[in-house]
Amino acid sequence: MTGRRALYFAGVVAICAWVLVPMWLLAANALGGQPVIAAWPKPWLPLSISFATLAEFLAIEGVFRAMLIGFEVAVLCTLFSVALGLPAGYALARYSFRGANAFRLMVLLTRAFPVGILALPLTVGFIRLGLYDTPLGIALMHTALALPFAVLVSASLFQAIPRELEEAAWVFGCSPLQAAWRVVMPLALPGVSAVAIFAFVISWNEVFAASVLSARNRTLTAYLLAMLSESPLSYQFAGGLLLIAPSVLFIFLVRRHLFAMWGIASR
Amino acid sequence: MRGRALPYLLVAPAVIFLTVLFFVPLVQTIALAFQTTNGTGFGNFARMADDLNFHDAVVNTFRFVGLAVPLQLAAAMGMAMMLRHLGRGRDTVLWIWTIPLGLSDLAAGLIWLAMLNDRGYLASLLFHLGLVSEPQSWLTYESPMALFIAVVIAEFWRATAIVVVILVAGLQLVPKEYAEAASVFGASPWRIFTRITLPLMKPSIQSALILRTVLAFEAFAVVIAIGGRNFPVLVSEAYNWQNFNQEPAVAAAYAVVVMVLSLVATVVWLRVLRTPEEQRA
Repeated sequence: MTGRRALYFAGVVAICAWVLVPMWLLAANALGGQPVIAAWPKPWLPLSISFATLAEFLAIEGVFRAMLIGFEVAVLCTLFSVALGLPAGYALARYSFRGANAFRLMVLLTRAFPVGILALPLTVGFIRLGLYDTPLGIALMHTALALPFAVLVSASLFQAIPRELEEAAWVFGCSPLQAAWRVVMPLALPGVSAVAIFAFVISWNEVFAASVLSARNRTLTAYLLAMLSESPLSYQFAGGLLLIAPSVLFIFLVRRHLFAMWGIASR
Repeated sequence: MRGRALPYLLVAPAVIFLTVLFFVPLVQTIALAFQTTNGTGFGNFARMADDLNFHDAVVNTFRFVGLAVPLQLAAAMGMAMMLRHLGRGRDTVLWIWTIPLGLSDLAAGLIWLAMLNDRGYLASLLFHLGLVSEPQSWLTYESPMALFIAVVIAEFWRATAIVVVILVAGLQLVPKEYAEAASVFGASPWRIFTRITLPLMKPSIQSALILRTVLAFEAFAVVIAIGGRNFPVLVSEAYNWQNFNQEPAVAAAYAVVVMVLSLVATVVWLRVLRTPEEQRA
């Protein structure tokens, strides 16, 4: 039995290594710069770390700006997703109304489609409206990706909060809006912040729509994609590291909510 | 106190938003794809199909989805079952295993480019093992098979995590009593897994497959990061037609093909893995 136990733990550790080692090695390449990338054969322990390449990469015209734009787009997408998704989720959780199922179906339907691709025809309309090549335009498209998720998850969040608490607040003279804001929201806040972080990550990572809807004001993903063919490996890896750092941090922040959220959102 | 209009007011902004930024572009994409200089027709599809890369893109996309998605499901199933036996440290292991789900396919492509490029870590490992003596240039148009494997590995590495999360969440809903009862009657662990756990997890397997298939049809940045333009898939071709050839109508034709494939895949998974009402856990 101990042999099987050891094998089992070896398997768990091996999978952890399978996930972590490639990320570590990308970081080693990004921080080590050209000497590490050109090294042959690579040393077992890539320890020469300096921030020179990363700094050099950040100094390229447009990189830092692309990061800021990517950040701006992701923040806007988060705000839109929460602002539009929470009320809709609340309505689904608390009221039974005609059309509720149709709305649910509409939200689920978006999942059967590759939403990012729908950015293709939007360029024309966006140019006309002055939204093309602006962070706002990309953020709107990204919200179409994140909103269905925000609606479904917040619906189940609110469902888990007992209705009685709200009713008690009404008895004490709160209006429905006050009750929702003062009683329900504080309880839903951890879940809501997880929804927000997910919307941020969805937007931060999206490549296709961001590339199609921008020309000069590119997000970090769109910028990297556009320069892949003409930049040295050291810059590509530095860009990759900048791209993954926030995501890893954010997933760490929402790790507790991951399962509750996906269990619900994928039902 | 509760106005009848209130739920509608709460839902309306989301409905309007999805209409404008999902349904309208959906219809526009289809319209654009069928719009030609002389009226409507299949002209753009004909141009798409006549392109040199089209055949490769179709074949590559199907090979990619057909290999990556089943691999992800099988691995995620194994990982979900492993997690059940983990006591202390489960949270940490879970976090590590699910990190890749927060990464973009572009980042995953760059990570595996670092691993697999000619002076990359795999080549170095093989050198240290004495299997090769010089840098290996695998990721070129001369070795499409190596490119294909590299892309599948990158996508497998990245997107297995989301399947793990969906399956673990589903596993939590499966009552333990069934498996315990079967075990009392002497069923082997494998038999319990195939006859009890697997059927009860059908709904989560179904949603995982739908999600992954649709997203795998859409993957393209990973392909460009690893293979440049040497490994065309449908969406990377749509991107090229839009950005480099400035032909939105042909790009839209590609988009329609991808949409139809996604929709067909969804319907197939919905039918094949349907759970009858009385069997729901």
